[in-house]
Amino acid sequence: MSELKSSPLESAHQSLGARLVPFAGWNMPVQYSSILDEHRAVRTDAGVFDISHMGQFLVDGSGAAAWLNRMFTNNVTKLDPGQGQYSLMLNENGGVIDDLIVYRTGPESFFIVVNASKIDEDLAWMEKHIPGDVQLRNESDRWAGMAVQGPHAATVFAKALHGETLPLRNGIMTTPAGAIVCRTGYTGEDGFEFFCPADDGVTWWNTFVNAGAAPCGLGARDTLRLEMCYPLNGNDLSPERTPIEAGLGFFCDLGKDEFIGREVLAKQKAEGPDLRLAAIRYTDKGAPPRAHYPVLDADGNETGELCSGALSPSLMTGIAMAYLPAALAKPGTKLQIDVRGRRFPAEVVKKPFYKRS
Amino acid sequence: MNIPADLRYQTSHEWVRLEGDVITVGITDHAQEELTDVVFVELPAVGRTVDPGDPTAVVESVKAASDIYAPVGGEVIEANPEVEADPSLVNTDPYGKGWIFKLKVKNAADVEGLMDAAAYQAHIS
Repeated sequence: MSELKSSPLESAHQSLGARLVPFAGWNMPVQYSSILDEHRAVRTDAGVFDISHMGQFLVDGSGAAAWLNRMFTNNVTKLDPGQGQYSLMLNENGGVIDDLIVYRTGPESFFIVVNASKIDEDLAWMEKHIPGDVQLRNESDRWAGMAVQGPHAATVFAKALHGETLPLRNGIMTTPAGAIVCRTGYTGEDGFEFFCPADDGVTWWNTFVNAGAAPCGLGARDTLRLEMCYPLNGNDLSPERTPIEAGLGFFCDLGKDEFIGREVLAKQKAEGPDLRLAAIRYTDKGAPPRAHYPVLDADGNETGELCSGALSPSLMTGIAMAYLPAALAKPGTKLQIDVRGRRFPAEVVKKPFYKRS
Repeated sequence: MNIPADLRYQTSHEWVRLEGDVITVGITDHAQEELTDVVFVELPAVGRTVDPGDPTAVVESVKAASDIYAPVGGEVIEANPEVEADPSLVNTDPYGKGWIFKLKVKNAADVEGLMDAAAYQAHIS
């Protein structure tokens, strides 16, 4: 096994008493005090996550927009400079290589944030397809990243970056000091993602904490995103599953010119996919559902396995996602989750699990 | 770190209180602090016979499920319904209301073979 990478914020985590665990090849904080408390801080106030492990690519050149439109499912030509969108990069079979956010920073330039575990794979795939009029640069090691999330994230921003204005939803801007601010996140709350040169990371982390953001680890990040049914690549997305099966058709522009994987998506969309990623909620108390637990139909026949699962700290009940035969993936369908041989009743529900009140 | 002197301990972080031929089993203060936020406890069925080292109960935090092992052989005579209803008792009162199950032991002398408080203290430091 190769050596774990350290976040540029690791010293800050250690002085806060964080528990660090290996994640996607990085030694990252899973929690500081309590996942439940950190989760609730983001739902009710503001929290800050280290996202330095995530990858950043810069793409520019006269052919950049046309090329990214062939590589990604969403339509980058709909972006004005300063705007971003969620998108997916697929293989020839329509399977997901990675899900990402692409921001247009200029007429011919783009900033792309990808999953830590997929940086090398993404780069290899992109370099295999890159034309001569586009430059691609991996800047993942250059940047420290932080996500400030929660209903009070804008207050934290105002305290930490005096006089600056937050970009609009999904927008991006560069501060005079050269930091990048994106109005995006992975929690379902308002907030922003902030990228600065790695050496400035600890200073900015402390600035956000002192401005009122509670330090939050990957444990809370996972429960927050699952409550929103945001997929995690490697759990809920894979090279064997398409965005149509994952319920992400909204982010696939089948009307634009050719892109990799398009034909499979168009066929699935027309015919309806055999499998769908369903949101599953316990109907009673039970052991927390977790990835790979078997899913059974109402008659007790095994129909699949969970790809993500957790106790929802907001709902205090088990929530999970699984690819199920389309006929079973309809809200209201009764299921059972097998936990170490015990079966807990559950049902398919509408996404997301959690809605802001 | 609270490690009561009158209890016995296992390396897998269970505490054991012996009264007559019955032991009460729970997880240590150190273990609950490591797990944080206990959200579910799976109790053994009363009447079940267990051997030393058998996974007998499960304590789950948000992140992970941890087996609780029988320290010695015996029969489950009681399981704590209060931790099933309120798993956070394992965090707030690990040696008291957070107990998990009781065994009628086959051989009370087996308990002597478990670690004392000093040995457990050394084990976790």
